Amino acid sequence: MTTLDPGAWFTPDGEPRRMGFFTDTSVCIGCKACEVACKEWNGVPSDVAGFTGMSFDNTVALGADTWRHVAFVEQAPVGLEWFGEDAAAGTAPAAPSAQDLRFLMSSDVCKHCTRAGCLDVCPTGAIFRTEFGSVVVQEDVCNGCGYCVSACPFGVIERREDDGRAFKCTLCYDRSKGGLEPACATACPTDSIQFGPLDELRDRAAGRVEHLVAAGQSRAQLYGADPDDGVGGFGAFFLLLDRPEVYGLPPDPVVPTRDAARMWRMAGAAAGVLVAGIAALVGLSPRGGR
Amino acid sequence: MGSNMAENHPVGFQWVTEAKLRGARLFHVDPRFTRTSAVADRHVPIRGGTDIAFLGGVIHHILENRREFREYVLAYTNAAYLVGEDFVDTEDLDGVFSGLDREHGVYDDASWQFQDTGDGGDAPTGSAAHDTAAQETHGAQGAAVEGPGPPTDPTLEHPRCVFQVLRRHYARYTPAMVAEVCGVSEAAFLEVADALCDNAGRDRTSTLVYSVGWTHHTKGVQYIRAASIIQLLLGNMGRPGGGILALRGHASIQGSTDIPTLFNLLPGYLPMPQARDYPGGLAGYVAEHGAPAGQRDRFRAHVTSLLKAYYGAAATPDNDFCFDHLPRISGDHSIYPTILGMLDGSVKGFLVLGENPAVGSANGRVHRLAMAQLDWLVVRDLVEVETATFWKDGPEIATGELRTADIATEVFLLPAAAHTEKSGSFTNTQRLLQWHRKAVEPEGDRRSDLWFAYHLGRLIREKLAGSTDPRDRALLDLAWDYPIEGPGGEGDTWGEPDPHAVLAEISGWRDEPGAGRTWLSSPEQLRADGSTTGACWIYCGSFADGVNQTDRRRPGREQSWVAPEWGWAWPGNRRILYNRASADPQGRPWSARKAYVWWDEQRGAWTGHDVPDVDAGATPDAGPFVMQSDGRGWLYVPAGLSDGPLPTHYEAHESPVPNPLYGQQASPTRERFDRRHNRSNPSAGEPGTGAYPCVLLTYRIAEHHTAGGMSRFGQRLSELAPEPFCEVSPRLAAARGLTNGDWATIVSARTAIEARVLVTERMKPLRVGDRRVDTVGVPYHWGWKGTVTGDAANDLTALVLDRNVHISEFKVATCDIRPGRRPQGAALPAYVEQHRRSAGIGEQP
Repeated sequence: MTTLDPGAWFTPDGEPRRMGFFTDTSVCIGCKACEVACKEWNGVPSDVAGFTGMSFDNTVALGADTWRHVAFVEQAPVGLEWFGEDAAAGTAPAAPSAQDLRFLMSSDVCKHCTRAGCLDVCPTGAIFRTEFGSVVVQEDVCNGCGYCVSACPFGVIERREDDGRAFKCTLCYDRSKGGLEPACATACPTDSIQFGPLDELRDRAAGRVEHLVAAGQSRAQLYGADPDDGVGGFGAFFLLLDRPEVYGLPPDPVVPTRDAARMWRMAGAAAGVLVAGIAALVGLSPRGGR
Repeated sequence: MGSNMAENHPVGFQWVTEAKLRGARLFHVDPRFTRTSAVADRHVPIRGGTDIAFLGGVIHHILENRREFREYVLAYTNAAYLVGEDFVDTEDLDGVFSGLDREHGVYDDASWQFQDTGDGGDAPTGSAAHDTAAQETHGAQGAAVEGPGPPTDPTLEHPRCVFQVLRRHYARYTPAMVAEVCGVSEAAFLEVADALCDNAGRDRTSTLVYSVGWTHHTKGVQYIRAASIIQLLLGNMGRPGGGILALRGHASIQGSTDIPTLFNLLPGYLPMPQARDYPGGLAGYVAEHGAPAGQRDRFRAHVTSLLKAYYGAAATPDNDFCFDHLPRISGDHSIYPTILGMLDGSVKGFLVLGENPAVGSANGRVHRLAMAQLDWLVVRDLVEVETATFWKDGPEIATGELRTADIATEVFLLPAAAHTEKSGSFTNTQRLLQWHRKAVEPEGDRRSDLWFAYHLGRLIREKLAGSTDPRDRALLDLAWDYPIEGPGGEGDTWGEPDPHAVLAEISGWRDEPGAGRTWLSSPEQLRADGSTTGACWIYCGSFADGVNQTDRRRPGREQSWVAPEWGWAWPGNRRILYNRASADPQGRPWSARKAYVWWDEQRGAWTGHDVPDVDAGATPDAGPFVMQSDGRGWLYVPAGLSDGPLPTHYEAHESPVPNPLYGQQASPTRERFDRRHNRSNPSAGEPGTGAYPCVLLTYRIAEHHTAGGMSRFGQRLSELAPEPFCEVSPRLAAARGLTNGDWATIVSARTAIEARVLVTERMKPLRVGDRRVDTVGVPYHWGWKGTVTGDAANDLTALVLDRNVHISEFKVATCDIRPGRRPQGAALPAYVEQHRRSAGIGEQP
């Protein structure tokens, strides 16, 4: 919705900036325009399946064919009664209010992690980090090994069944190249999905969460805005009105390759010890004595 | 209220979101907790069909607590007028007004008039004809109040002044009564009422937003009247941040009432002539319908300019500008009586453009049975919608009620161009005309609706050429000469007419011998002498200076906050109607914060941020409500409405609850069509109510578009909502054995449908008196064709209409719900009949 300054992609020195999404779920109306715009622009196939019974959600989760996914969370406090026993006792039901019943909606997307597991494990170089900081799969290079699938702590990237290759959100890399916002952010009517330089988005989000908490949304929080988290912060972060688990998001995501370097060092050390041990054994062999 | 704006108008909802970010409070008063409720500050659930009780409660609250904006009310409304002594209110007649003819369900409004002036002047006039809608006789301007105006009491204390009549009418709409009728808590109601009162006055305003949740009722006009009364009492009309926003059913529906597809109006809300003699021809029509007397010259200029647009050179002063060529109406020829006319054999042909009545209309089964009786049916659409195929694969073929071999209807399916494939204007909610340009050429034989209408007319005229039959003059005299563009270019007989030429003709011009053509910029330039052409007076100026004013796209940041150079708004590019009310009676802004237009003493003229909505040369004495003959907002309406001068709570046509306010259960003037295929469920007090104990609501969701022609036939939206479903509360699900995700059967006296079950806390059972009322909600988008299919929910609803506007009560009915799929084939009608009889309901028509 917001028109981005064409110069926003680059610093005054002409260097590309890290671009990202700030998804402010507090103004999401669950219209799914993001899902449709994403599929239309990126040519992602539709999968017309049956009714899920999961509120208004019939696309279920992010995957190879769903790069934006709107979650619908209906929160009714346990024991909420609008009519019945209390009425029989002659007491009026409490005034219904947004606090009693919450209907949370949130458009989920690839997080474009600062430390991206999928990128770390990709053996072919199909997955790369763009000049805008986004993490993109090159379809023509991917060999379908699937290592990236198990390396994503969010379950975002997935192989397409009839094809074998892995697909996910590209942050509309082609549009970024042309100075256009991603399709989902362009289509979002309420600016729930905001696209821009990540540092600016983080500043804006901090102010917004402060405002919401002051207005009584005590559980409003940012998710993925912290560069010190287990994935080094998200390139696409969120303002949630409740804990991440409520939305089906991992509360403390950690890139599986976080400890890879240490593990490789340890493995190296272990291997060194092993080699030394073998050498020693070799040295001790009967033949070695000659 | 009556709107699910976030889901059904998501693009417009960006402005609500922005207002919220700036501190506005958003209340959602609606039977369902929707995606709109989710982002509102408060959701207040009310029982379906009880909005007038809620709004009447707000009126009561304002009046009894003296919260009205007294200065505004005195100066700009008819609060001080004295109502005649013959008027008897619903308080004295147990829910009906004086003048009711019970047998025919119509009122004689003679007793509703204001008190005689007593000085020999004209008594206020305006008796409505009984067999037609009010608009058919008065146009949308309503009835006239003529002469010097009725006696007034500026103290507002006289027992017969409008203010006191209102107080008495709403005396029993107390918070306790609202709670009882609507099933809302008093506290929740009072929070809304107080918020409206607190946010009113010189410095603050509130907006009321409604959609078809208010119009699809047997009393929908009075819902909106009730909102008007609140907004007038609080001083919210004609001021920034105020008003009543009518969100239309889909794109450019506003345009299709301005340039109407309605049977009883000519462009610009001019009344269609009646099928009877007008002494003096055009002059007689003007004298009868052109209200008030002082503005008849203007009315005549509008009509004459329209006739010049229709008939061009053929329209001359000598032949009354071809006034006699205009069609005349002989009664209610709105869509539903026309459908029933097909069933009865009196209507032989049917043109359906961009509509899918086999799925979307109330009691769709009646429509399908009716279309099977036609000689011919033409359907123009993007895809092969159900209306075009009911004769071979419709539900009645499945049940055996219709056999293809027996249906003689000749069906023509013609391809239509989509909005992306043609240029033209949209007129949306806020009267804003926005031009849109063709993005791609239409594929294959798809053509615009303009192309179809133009070439249909051309071919008919060619066939009639040379005819001497007088009745053919109405077609042969038409000015039917639009420039042709499109694939074949100029000279291509089958090309597209240039839509700019149509807009130019609608806006208007003046031809003067020798001086050539000048473009009109304002309706005041229209003339009754035949020198001007203009097809719709309220659109006059949309092509001023020969420039398509609707195509303007100056960004908001490059102009004032009113943004007058984005598109073009009628009338005269005014962005807020009646904006003279934004200033006090002396012409000063009510407050600096709410300044909008004002009287400039030094220049001796009205000025401001918007185009002042006053006549040229008007002084501060001008009344703001320029469409009313007395310039005032009408709290009390003495004529022009079919169902009473004041909104009154009636239960819906079908309701499990007895009307707590009056003995009169439902609207006494609702139009019923009792017949075998349109039976009604019994309402409270009638035998068998228990057979249909739940309130049924039908509605749309964000994922689909109306009857599905634009959404169900593609992959993208079908994927998002692949099957019909119904929403029920956990309590109802437990009581009826319904399982989330499984099937349920929903049954009314019309039919039974099946849908998947969505059990959700968002559907709240409501307490009404000593009973619990359960609601079943069913989106209506699906039919038997397309990428995703399913039963059509509106098949459940009855054909029963608001007499003012002939709109059916889609939005509330009664039903029962059972677990499992419905019986298929011939077992379906048997099941529906058995359900009816098992409740002990006897023979019905």
